[in-house]
Amino acid sequence: MEPIRVLLADDEEELVVTLAERLEIRGFVAEWVTTVEAACAILRDKAYDVAVLDVKLPGMSGLDLKRKMARIAPELKFIFMTGHGSADSFNECAAEAGESYFLMKPINIDVLVQKIRQVTGGSVK
Amino acid sequence: MSFWKHIKPEFWDHRDVASGRHRHLFNLRRIWYLSVLLTAGVSLMPVFFLAAIDYQVTQKAIESENMLRTSRLVSNARRTLSFFLLERKYALEFLVRDNSYEQLIDNERLNTILANLHDSFGGFTDIGVIDIHGRQIAYSGPFDLVDRDYSRQSWFEEVMEQGGYVSDIFMGYRRSPHLVIAVKHTSPDGRILVLRVDLEAEKFHSELIDIEIRHGGEMFIINHDGILQTPSRRFGYMFEKMILPVPPFSESTQVFETRGPEGEELVVGYAYLEGTPFILMVAKTKSNLMQPWLKARQQILVYLVVSVMVILIAVLVVATYLVSKIHAADQTRVAALHKVEYVNKMASIGRLAAGVAHEINNPLAIINEKAGLMKDLMAQQEPSPLQVKMQGLLDSIQNSVNRCATITRRLLSFARQSDVTLDLVDIRNVIENVIGFLGKESEYRNISIDVDIAPDIPFIKSDRGKLEQIFLNLMNNAFSALSDGGHLQVIGRKKSEKDINISVIDDGCGIHPDDIKRVFEPFFSTRTQQGGTGLGLSITHGLVQELGGTITVESQLGKGTRFNITLPLRGDAAKVEKNGTDSRIAG
Repeated sequence: MEPIRVLLADDEEELVVTLAERLEIRGFVAEWVTTVEAACAILRDKAYDVAVLDVKLPGMSGLDLKRKMARIAPELKFIFMTGHGSADSFNECAAEAGESYFLMKPINIDVLVQKIRQVTGGSVK
Repeated sequence: MSFWKHIKPEFWDHRDVASGRHRHLFNLRRIWYLSVLLTAGVSLMPVFFLAAIDYQVTQKAIESENMLRTSRLVSNARRTLSFFLLERKYALEFLVRDNSYEQLIDNERLNTILANLHDSFGGFTDIGVIDIHGRQIAYSGPFDLVDRDYSRQSWFEEVMEQGGYVSDIFMGYRRSPHLVIAVKHTSPDGRILVLRVDLEAEKFHSELIDIEIRHGGEMFIINHDGILQTPSRRFGYMFEKMILPVPPFSESTQVFETRGPEGEELVVGYAYLEGTPFILMVAKTKSNLMQPWLKARQQILVYLVVSVMVILIAVLVVATYLVSKIHAADQTRVAALHKVEYVNKMASIGRLAAGVAHEINNPLAIINEKAGLMKDLMAQQEPSPLQVKMQGLLDSIQNSVNRCATITRRLLSFARQSDVTLDLVDIRNVIENVIGFLGKESEYRNISIDVDIAPDIPFIKSDRGKLEQIFLNLMNNAFSALSDGGHLQVIGRKKSEKDINISVIDDGCGIHPDDIKRVFEPFFSTRTQQGGTGLGLSITHGLVQELGGTITVESQLGKGTRFNITLPLRGDAAKVEKNGTDSRIAG
């Protein structure tokens, strides 16, 4: 079985670095970016199954980034993370993300893994 | 004083509890004083002015009318008396013309004449005829006076000179006051004789009394020397000098004012009776005369007092009413300002809290992930005591992170927004959240919190943020009323199909019965010294109303307080008002 490829996008480098390492330990292929531009660039080079995005990135909201990324890679699934924990953004993201999921920081790694498996369940054998 | 307490308007003791920017604009007591003084002054001045003018005019009018009346009375009396004397004089003149010299000196004839005079006029006591030498040649009367010589008497000289004479009133032989009228006659053949009659003064006097009775006052006669000719009650004895000074001669009737024997004010009228030695005097005491004036004055005074009272009452009522209205309006204004300020403050706190929570969440996430990675790495090592120890330590780091996360989430949800947004809300969750905020304080102070929400209470359609604020305010209130070791109870029951009832009950100090009506009023606080603004419950009240509910309070001093909140199961959207303050958390 091919490992699930995950792209992490968050402006907190420390967070994404650690998260990527933990996902690697759990058998995923995880790469990370900290800017919108890097995210788009890396998406053109490589293919990913899931993108885990912060709701708020410098210069662009996670939702806009998601739309942008969806145009580049239509098959990509999304999971959102937020430090906000507000019902507003939750409702917005839930409506926007469709099948995607919404997690509040700090996130529980087990929950994240479970969500990743859920969203990719349909496309990855 | 209790009456004053009763009628005292609310603004009287108004103290500006609201310090700082939103002060009251007015010194209400001063406004009240000013408006009362000004309106009362302006409206009373013309009244006093008119009353004073009326007073003077009426007084003058009545005084001059008195003068006029006295003058008229004197004139009338003078005419009557003059007529009385003239009548008799003319009668004599008629007699001397009608009878020949011989007839007149005939005693028989004279007796007949006297009898006729007595019958027709009355008052004639005797009649005599005197020749040119002063010798009485004929006489009819009660005395024998024939041949009596009058030639040396002054009256005889006067009658010879002037043709007529009226004597003073004197006692004479008869021991009763009488007067003498004499006329001189020259017969066609040149013989001169004088006809002399004695007249009882009684008759004369009775004329006066007649007039006196009809007009009041005192009427009497003096001669030119001031000797009283008729009895007087107050101005001296008959035939003695009158107390008052003899008025100067005047052809017409005169009136003057003077002081009587006892110093009383008198209005005196007099007239010289022409062709006689008499002066007619009328004296009236002024106080009697001014009786109508007293009445008029009383009327003016009553009118004045009544109008002053009416004006004063009107001024007081109107001023009090208006100032009370200003007070109420000002209270509302300040309350509105404070509410806006409060809402803004809450919004700022919300934004701040949200920002802080967000900023804290990121490092928390890093700590969480780093600890997680350490755990992952540890798990790959061979089992060892160190590894077990590290696992435990990392677990407690993650637990602490989770606790922090709970707090930040709570902060975020509390500060979310101030517009009413209707969601399905679980009331248990709301109350748990609020208690979460107060948990530490209740632990320190050993206050037990009992939550008893009936399981049949469904989710209600309401605004979560506002509900949290309502219960936070109420529980904060309860906490300040509770002493350490007290009990707080929250009971929720389904009241009907439409609404639920939540009660917040404490066994703290309670609310004084005098204060209980005012607890929901803005700025009413018993904790002003300890920093209470008096706004908490008023805002709570407003929030409950915004959600379409009601709030009531019951309290017993020393036993505790119970706040009952009734909330509709379905939020009444009509009552939801947008307060326009957008306090959405800035991303």
